[in-house]
Amino acid sequence: MTSDLLTDTAAGLAARMAAREVSAREVVDAHLDRIEATDGDGTSDTDVHAFLTVVADTARRHADDVDQRRVTGRDLGPLAGVPLALKDLFTMRGAPTTVGSRILEGWVPPYDATVTEKLRAADVIVLGKTNMDEFAMGSSTENSAYGPTRNPWDLGRVPGGSSGGSAAAVAALQAPLSLGTDTGGSIRQPAALCGLVGSKPTYGAVSRYGMVAFASSLDQAGPFARSVTDAALLQSVIQGHDPRDSTSIDPVRVGRDLPDLLADLDAGVEGLTIGVVTELQGEGYEPGVLAAFEDSLRRFEALGATVVEASIPHASYGLPAYYLVAPSEASSNLARFDGVRYGLRVDAPTAEEMNAATRGAGFGPEVRRRIMIGTHALSSGYYDAFYNQASRVRRLIANDFATAFEQVDVLVSPTSPSVAFPLGDKTDDPLAMYLNDVATVPASLAGVPAVSVPNGRGAEGLPTGLQVMGPLLGDDRCFRVARALEADLGLDPVPSGANAVAPA
Amino acid sequence: MRRPSRRRVSEMALSEAEVRHVARLARLDLSDDDVAELAPQLSQILEYAEQVGEVAADDVEPMVHPFPVTNVMRDDHPAASLPRDEVLSQAPDAREDRFAVPRIVAEDA
Repeated sequence: MTSDLLTDTAAGLAARMAAREVSAREVVDAHLDRIEATDGDGTSDTDVHAFLTVVADTARRHADDVDQRRVTGRDLGPLAGVPLALKDLFTMRGAPTTVGSRILEGWVPPYDATVTEKLRAADVIVLGKTNMDEFAMGSSTENSAYGPTRNPWDLGRVPGGSSGGSAAAVAALQAPLSLGTDTGGSIRQPAALCGLVGSKPTYGAVSRYGMVAFASSLDQAGPFARSVTDAALLQSVIQGHDPRDSTSIDPVRVGRDLPDLLADLDAGVEGLTIGVVTELQGEGYEPGVLAAFEDSLRRFEALGATVVEASIPHASYGLPAYYLVAPSEASSNLARFDGVRYGLRVDAPTAEEMNAATRGAGFGPEVRRRIMIGTHALSSGYYDAFYNQASRVRRLIANDFATAFEQVDVLVSPTSPSVAFPLGDKTDDPLAMYLNDVATVPASLAGVPAVSVPNGRGAEGLPTGLQVMGPLLGDDRCFRVARALEADLGLDPVPSGANAVAPA
Repeated sequence: MRRPSRRRVSEMALSEAEVRHVARLARLDLSDDDVAELAPQLSQILEYAEQVGEVAADDVEPMVHPFPVTNVMRDDHPAASLPRDEVLSQAPDAREDRFAVPRIVAEDA
């Protein structure tokens, strides 16, 4: 019974709760027990360490409340009573928000993120806050100040990042759903490495209010799940215009509604044209990743899609442009961590010395590197050659996408050039770590939606992912194509292998 | 995937003195060891990023946002703000309903 609650989908659990076959309290207790059994505190090499904070009491109270309201016949939402793990970058009253950093250690935010409010309104039950690369800067979750998270498929490997805790929680059956954020691939890459579905919505589809900012023109919240339908259900809950985020898409101003992610989800790919991005494959991608990708293309053809070559001519400039734009915005956003209003303070005789001492002690190595790159790129004499030039390249990439979508319905590529790599493999080489994002940053720079869906097994039997990219506000199309591949493949999302997390 | 050789020295390389200058701009205390480690790392990253100069002439309009956005103003109605005591309770130092900081102006100024 318990293991069956852990392996079921969010949609399946919601249906069983609605039919009163199981209570929300039973579902929540089963997942809290699973966290207790598998998560640890990160000190053992068998600890998944997906969570930084577990809010067990709050979660149980919320579950009891859902159960009571269900008894009285109240109309509850489609995910009511389903547990979720929340990246420790969204503010939530009553629990610390650390962003994986020492500089915010102990901070209990006095307000809820819009996403947190929407989850509560939908009666999705938050189990806790998940580990992440500090300030979402990284691709392995090894940059967390609170120790790394381990990949449930192989506890000696990274889960990807920066939303590695959220990915690992869902893969380890600690929660059927989680939320992450994606600035350059921080949902899609860990989804691929943990055998999950992960979605980066169209920029502006989900409110950024209450998300600790990294790169404001790129940051976007999105779901992890073990099925495409679950991911689409969760994204439907969190998307929508928010007056508190001035970059949130206002359907009135844009003249278009946000997409209905569920209406055509099972419509298949027959008649669709799928463009294979020439520039996002080949050299630098592992053979197992490329073999799974080729297999997916054959499946799309067999399912009735037309598969054609497509080009994003400036794709290879995406990574260098991203590693100027994102640090520039970060250096500006992170100026607020000055030891005055929240978090850490290191005392010094003057305010300015206190600012510098606090920031020097509170930020880890990767955050310092990015603040330094960004400050340099925005400084007098370098602004045009670095920041402005990167923003010009960003325009070229966005234009490339717009041109491609005149010919094709979606674009596809491998999500990540490799399967999950061993802990410690890339920590001494910042640039090698950045190359993990090579396939995901182009869509981030253009602002277009992209979904990663499991598409097979690569080296060592580890999961691989396929990225489906759509035009602006074409999130529904990404999910539809991902769903068709998922249905055709029928992969088991539960981790297997000699060094995998213990079975439920 | 392109990746520069570690041996190539670019004109975009940062000296240790330049690293200290940028750290001052960023209000970031760095130890001598930090500076020695950061100078080659930052140089390598900037050398890689320098590729953006190979394309996109000046006539390409820089893109700062995926959607063409204009400033959004809210209606000018009073609304509740965050509870002051709760906000101040999270500050490292607060006195007399204010955030407290060390001396800002030099004594001999």
